[in-house]
Amino acid sequence: MRDGRTEGRMGGRMLRGGMRIVACGALFSALPTFRPSACALHAQALHVATDTFTLSNGLKVAVHEDHSAPLVAVNLWYHVGSGREVAGRSGFAHLFEHMMFQGSKDVEKGGHFGVVQEAGGTLNGSTNSDRTNYYEMVPSNYLEQVLWLEADRMGYLLDAFSQAKLDNQRDVVKNERRQNYENAPYGLASIRLGEMLYPESHPYHAPTIGYQADLTAASPEDVAGFFRQWYVPNNASLVIAGDVKPAEVRRLVTRYFGDIPAGQPAPAVKPIPVTLQADRRDVMEDRVTLARLSLVWPTVERWNADEDALDIFGSILGQGRSSRLYQRLVYREQTAQSASAGQGSRPQAGQFQVTVMAREGASLSQLEREVYEEIARLADEGPTAEEMARARNGNEARSVYQLQTLLGKADRINQYLTERGTPDMFNEELAHYAAVTPADVQRVARTYIRNHPHIILSVVPNGHRELAAQAPEVHP
Amino acid sequence: MNPSLHSVAALLALAAMPVATLPLAAQRPAVATRPTLGPAPRLVMPAVQKARLANGLAIEVVPMHEVPLVQASLLIAGGARLDGSHPGLATFTANMLDEGAGSRDAFALAAEVAYLGATLNTGAGWDAVTVDVGAPKRTFVQAMALAADVVLRPRFATADVARQRGLRLAGILQQRDQPGAVAGLVFNAMVFPAGHPYHAPLNGDSASTAALDSAGVRDFWSRAADPRRATLVVTGDVTLAEVRALAERLFGGWKAPASPLPAPATPAEAPRPATRIILVDKPGAAQSVIAIGAPGVSRRSPDYPAIMLMNTILGGSFSSRLNDILREQKGYTYGAGSGYSWRPLPGPFNASAQVRSNATDSSLAIFFREFRRIRDSGVTATELERGRAYLVLGSLGDFETTGQVAGSLGSLTILGLPLTTIPSDLAAIQRLTTADVQRAAQRYLDPAHFTVVIVGDIAKIRPGIEALGLGPAEVRDYNGNEVGS
Repeated sequence: MRDGRTEGRMGGRMLRGGMRIVACGALFSALPTFRPSACALHAQALHVATDTFTLSNGLKVAVHEDHSAPLVAVNLWYHVGSGREVAGRSGFAHLFEHMMFQGSKDVEKGGHFGVVQEAGGTLNGSTNSDRTNYYEMVPSNYLEQVLWLEADRMGYLLDAFSQAKLDNQRDVVKNERRQNYENAPYGLASIRLGEMLYPESHPYHAPTIGYQADLTAASPEDVAGFFRQWYVPNNASLVIAGDVKPAEVRRLVTRYFGDIPAGQPAPAVKPIPVTLQADRRDVMEDRVTLARLSLVWPTVERWNADEDALDIFGSILGQGRSSRLYQRLVYREQTAQSASAGQGSRPQAGQFQVTVMAREGASLSQLEREVYEEIARLADEGPTAEEMARARNGNEARSVYQLQTLLGKADRINQYLTERGTPDMFNEELAHYAAVTPADVQRVARTYIRNHPHIILSVVPNGHRELAAQAPEVHP
Repeated sequence: MNPSLHSVAALLALAAMPVATLPLAAQRPAVATRPTLGPAPRLVMPAVQKARLANGLAIEVVPMHEVPLVQASLLIAGGARLDGSHPGLATFTANMLDEGAGSRDAFALAAEVAYLGATLNTGAGWDAVTVDVGAPKRTFVQAMALAADVVLRPRFATADVARQRGLRLAGILQQRDQPGAVAGLVFNAMVFPAGHPYHAPLNGDSASTAALDSAGVRDFWSRAADPRRATLVVTGDVTLAEVRALAERLFGGWKAPASPLPAPATPAEAPRPATRIILVDKPGAAQSVIAIGAPGVSRRSPDYPAIMLMNTILGGSFSSRLNDILREQKGYTYGAGSGYSWRPLPGPFNASAQVRSNATDSSLAIFFREFRRIRDSGVTATELERGRAYLVLGSLGDFETTGQVAGSLGSLTILGLPLTTIPSDLAAIQRLTTADVQRAAQRYLDPAHFTVVIVGDIAKIRPGIEALGLGPAEVRDYNGNEVGS
């Protein structure tokens, strides 16, 4: 099916294989004397032309042509992440992702890396709470080989399964956990925050990396069951971006994926909002030099109408050196080594997080109070026009930067396809972000953050619990 | 949803799966074998357009009009190699450049960069100070004006220096929290002798940092900021004429320093003592960090292509021997690898992994077995073929973004090499034989003269390590200083 919006309606010039940019140029050339106007703040529209079709087994496919380099990116999402794990098997979705690189019916162990590296390409996979993705970027003449690799493991992974492979990758993943969490400063705190914010029944309670005991418990039956339940074409979406012709891609995708049988349809994913009745406070000791304070509020899920206003609130409060928290705590008072804030949105829930690393001798309790003061001030007085412009212009630039790489474009297209059922939401996203008003920012600050119960986690050097942030008698 | 519902729902779904739909039953004879390849695309190197201002500033432009972005790097040769007796001076000075410049204090500067949707980063490596600007086409001129302020009119105000010095001191202490960072610092301190420019940490240590002040920073910059040593690399949606006119306007008045810093001296070659083990204690560590190596080779070596291919096979790619054995066969680590740091002076060769504590000795034995095997037995024809393709075809993806092109061009500029070095190296790699690769291993990989640094739980790992008999073991602290063992 041809996407209806691919033909130009804006009259902009084509770039990078169909990404369309419409500049609102005269206004920006007048910078910096001419300050924010409606158009300057929303100066360009992006379109990424995409063909989409669905195979009879339910595999959704999007193709984006970009002939600027002789390369192609292949990006395959399975709509399963750690959020769909069963009790006692945390970390399994990610462990399973590792198993997908262990060979399949007609691909030897290590064969995925072998083929792609022989092509000078890059490949990897990643797992989060909501999806698992696999991607390759190779010279365009390798497209058919990569599709063959992906189809072989989607259809025939279990033919090549062995207990030894599971044991090996279980060890690798346990090492990954040691390296990135257990042996890393503040590593276990990120896990604790998820446990504190989300109830045990919530898909986001357990960390995607999992718990060591659950990794130990993973069995061959788990691998087979997980594969049959989730790794089916009707629970996946495939994006191909680069130096390709859509008709040829359709022929190849049909050839390699067409006869993989559909499985049971996966249940739909719905937001599961979280609310806290009261503040939850905890302290962790770690092998660290500086104490760190994390504050986390439950907010809104991805695509919620308030997501962008919360993002702008976070940007003004704590993104970069011109943000309010950085200015006050790191520059003026010099009580913090770093300070940041931001909205994180996932399909089933979202959270707003503030993180402040205290300088030696600074009090986490005082830093906590000062964060609340800055939140209250921004909520009460609202952002300046200049702050709004910074947030919007930064968002716009980041959007364009992401479109510089084929892999970046392909992953974004797949996200839109997965979460919105349409491959090109680039322009809509920018427009929605640009339409946020200062009043919106104040409103979401009052609705979700200011005076709302949240998580307060102090990480202190071993043996120094006295450094933890203490509950104030009253907080805003 | 309560916990039991969550798990029960999933179990029900699993139980409901009919066995008949198992993929195992499907037949697919037509596509079971690996498809054949079409012709490989060729790497087309971007063309570099050059100009030079009267004050000596070199300009290199690669127009890329696909996206409305521009990337600029101003490189000034010198860098931390010129720190002399003040380790960290070059990087600190470079970091201070954007803490207030021209008419703007640190906040106003950061705010303006954000307003333009731009990025402005200042820093220094061993061989150059760099000011990097990334911006949408439509704000690039304004962003470059900020870069010119930063280079030509930095404030170095006393209060700003004091603040950044405090942040850096804390950052240096924080490095102790990260075992990988500790291993790297101790490794450099051991592999390069005192007095060698690579001995001290790039960002200095606590003592050298505490001694930094506004006058010292100002003096260093007044001597380092020399347009005759500078190159402005610009890639993206621009033309040479635009860049040249802009550079003339912004940097045309940049004058050479009255007393420029001396050209970096070439130090005596670092010694290569017999293999020894340095242990750094991290009681209770879940893993041991292993770093093994010695001074490596200059980027200008004619053996660069052979060394690259040899290292790709040894530890420079996922399918390399070290990663394949230590991760994919043994499961000791999340990843193992090796690499040469390519600098004008020989940078270190370093093979490393973070391994499960009780596999420290076994991992170490495998590292050394593999160093010897590639020297003694060479590589197979298949490894040669795969390694060649990995490097040659991989270059196709190295020039996708404005940042990648500016980065490649910039790092070659620092080395004094033209961009055409890349295709000529790739052509040389195509011609290499298995014998060439083995010769490179025999000449540039010497396991009898490696320094081994291990950060881990000494009480647990020391006996096993000593039993390997690789060399004497001694204990050092987080700064590489001797402690009683």
